[in-house]
Amino acid sequence: MKIRHIFLLTVAVLMLPALLFTPGCKPKNISSAVEGDAAQKVYVAPGKYDEFYNIVSGGFNGQVAVYGIPSGRLLRIVPVFSQFAENGWGYSEETKPMLNTSHGFVPWDDSHHIALSTTNGEHDGRWAFVNGNNTPRIARINLKTFRTEEIIEIPNSSGNHSSPFLTENSEYAVAGTRFSYPMDDGDSDPDVAINTYKQNFKGTVSFIGINPESGEMKVSFQVLLPGVNFDLSRGGRGPSRDWFFFSCYNTEQANTLLEVNASQKDKDFIMALNWKKCEEYVKAGKGKKSKVRYAHNVYSDKTHTGTSTIETETIVLDPKELKDIVYFMPCPKSPHGCDVDPSGEYICGSGKLAAVIPVFSFQKIQKAIADKNFEGTFDDIPVLKYDAVLHGEVKKPGLGPLHTEFDGKGFAYTSFFVSSEIVKWNIEKLEVVDRVPTYYSIGHLSIPGGPTRKPHGKYVIAYNKITKDRYLPTGPELTQSAQLYDISGDKMKLLLDFPTTGEPHYAEAIPASLVAPKSVRFFKIEENEHPYAAKGEKEAKVFREGNKVHVNMTSIRSHFNPDNIEGVKMGDEVYFHVTNLEQDWDVPHGFAVKGANNAEILIMPGETCTLKWVPDRVGVFPIYCTDFCSALHQEMQGYVRVSPRGSSTPLTYSMGNKAAPTGAVK
Amino acid sequence: MKINFLFRTILGMLALIALTNCTNSAPEQQSSSSQASAPAGAGQSAVQDNDSQKDVVKVAISSPDHTTLVTAVKAAELVDVLSNAGPFTVFAPTNAAFEKLPPGTVTDLLKPDKKAVLQDILQYHVAVAVYKTEMLQDGQVIPMANDGKVTIGVKDGKYTVNGANIVASVPASNGIVHVIDAVLLPK
Repeated sequence: MKIRHIFLLTVAVLMLPALLFTPGCKPKNISSAVEGDAAQKVYVAPGKYDEFYNIVSGGFNGQVAVYGIPSGRLLRIVPVFSQFAENGWGYSEETKPMLNTSHGFVPWDDSHHIALSTTNGEHDGRWAFVNGNNTPRIARINLKTFRTEEIIEIPNSSGNHSSPFLTENSEYAVAGTRFSYPMDDGDSDPDVAINTYKQNFKGTVSFIGINPESGEMKVSFQVLLPGVNFDLSRGGRGPSRDWFFFSCYNTEQANTLLEVNASQKDKDFIMALNWKKCEEYVKAGKGKKSKVRYAHNVYSDKTHTGTSTIETETIVLDPKELKDIVYFMPCPKSPHGCDVDPSGEYICGSGKLAAVIPVFSFQKIQKAIADKNFEGTFDDIPVLKYDAVLHGEVKKPGLGPLHTEFDGKGFAYTSFFVSSEIVKWNIEKLEVVDRVPTYYSIGHLSIPGGPTRKPHGKYVIAYNKITKDRYLPTGPELTQSAQLYDISGDKMKLLLDFPTTGEPHYAEAIPASLVAPKSVRFFKIEENEHPYAAKGEKEAKVFREGNKVHVNMTSIRSHFNPDNIEGVKMGDEVYFHVTNLEQDWDVPHGFAVKGANNAEILIMPGETCTLKWVPDRVGVFPIYCTDFCSALHQEMQGYVRVSPRGSSTPLTYSMGNKAAPTGAVK
Repeated sequence: MKINFLFRTILGMLALIALTNCTNSAPEQQSSSSQASAPAGAGQSAVQDNDSQKDVVKVAISSPDHTTLVTAVKAAELVDVLSNAGPFTVFAPTNAAFEKLPPGTVTDLLKPDKKAVLQDILQYHVAVAVYKTEMLQDGQVIPMANDGKVTIGVKDGKYTVNGANIVASVPASNGIVHVIDAVLLPK
């Protein structure tokens, strides 16, 4: 008996650590471990909504993804710069013009940064802007429909990285040349030797005016700048609202092996630009007209059609002549992030290779400019003295600082790529107060409202570049990983890993209450102004214009009208203009035809979409609905008969068993 | 015994430690999700949507002449079914049509133990497909949701179903409602 008791006692003692460390009872000093209540904090019960929308750039997929926070659930992928066969974006006749550029049709891009519209520096829930880094573009997504409404190309630019960040009242979105290059506008000869970078290469930053009512964009003015790489930017706010700040690297002006050659100088620059003053100069006619070509593409929810216009002129301001619009501030080691705190007083630079985070003071910048406290010039642009504009440095915060967000409580959160961590620090005192690891190699980070005057706080989300072992392996290519941390207390707490689509760069998060109530459920059929809309089954028709056959077709549960079409001939181009007659939330219909070389299309309720089809052989081809719409979705189908060139088969169409009317010939 | 006592004491202490430890970290905030989309466990009929075109159920609910039908549809638990994507054709007897039934019939059908009978009758009024009147022909036989069949009559521009008159037709988001002046009884 004694032995047995001792045995039990031993078991009990051995269990002590186990009991102390059962899930839910972990000691809180293990920062990399997930706290026991994490699941509860991210659990959004079935039928409940997330508190925030997380609007996330898609990087190399060229799109934007929308997640719910705190659950991390993927809610939608919004096609922007890249064709999307899933719903026909960039394939349908209506959306092809949206991807037009001065280079012609460019059906992809590299989307990096999100900027949500603000009024008085606070989220207003109207639009999301996103940049195309490759073929310089900015797109505007309407948050009522979560659809891309507008894409504008940026002329006099090569690469658009430091974009599409906004001024405080969304007066402007900005764009900046990542790859400086010899100007190629009408007055320039861009055919120069690459190694003449220093003499011939230039950069620009562009201010894209945003119509306060419609959101429509235009290239308002551009500022001609020395050839360097413009990397990231932020608009000022509050006292600094008239200014914009851009980080610049490669001030060495290297044109080869930038890995080494752009890392030579101890300090590059953050550029401070007075956009209000630029506006005045433009108004006073101080700008020069530049002959350019750029596409401006606008999508209408009335005609359900995008139109592309090639614009031919911009206004360029030259700071060599207009001396008080641009100043450089030295910033250690190839700055990347350039982030303005909620008060508008502090500008945080993140030198990718720096061992400090410099924090600049707006008041000191203003004083240094007034006192002409310059250490010299760079290509005739004044360079302010580092010490004169510096609030202070966060010493040895981590390795490879990239980006900084703010919680509105006096703290900044900086991502560190090399040391894979988020570091929380006090902006006034420049002291590190907490750090958490990320998994792995974080790029951007996002706090809801983090780049606004009034951050919503609560969470910080890490968007990581390396995934490795975080999820079940899927071969060589892995989805990107994101992590959600609770920042409501003094210490950051890891709550959740969630996979993301594409490769997220910057993202913003906004309270659902600012967006969800305005969400559009369907388009009103009576407001449909598409020229080929059939706004009722009686308007359905097929007609011929030369070798073009137009099918004005309707779709409603659960049939197309017409669904039998004959008299199409080889050599014809068939345009299926499909109008979805439904006036009911979440009832899209799809449309597909066998052998289509483009895509299928999804048509939202009340909308008209057009799929072009060029038959390549004689025969009878099925058409059908691709979106499971109803119990008789599988019955939602029909046929198109294609006859040989020169055939006498008349153009007829029908639905049901009534006699087929003959298609008109124009 | 002593050891046994000691053992129990230690176990008790351990339990206490474990409990205190857990309670320390337990009372954190609940999940922050703000709004519910619908009452928990509710079906499609509970979706809050006053913008979309009315579905066949909402068409019936908005009609003062169909209160008996709506009561019956609720009792038969067919509200969510008929709020589905459809497509449905619903032959909807008016209150007056129900009154033509022998006295006590409706009250009897609404009893819980008659639910299966009521469901069978109501499903005899529903077809899965949209039959607009212009698609109906005299003598046409339509298969109904309860596995029965009804016969359409078309004479002098007037439409009947199993002899009941179609007195009005109302399009709905998920189909069509044909108002009829008699209850259809499965054969």
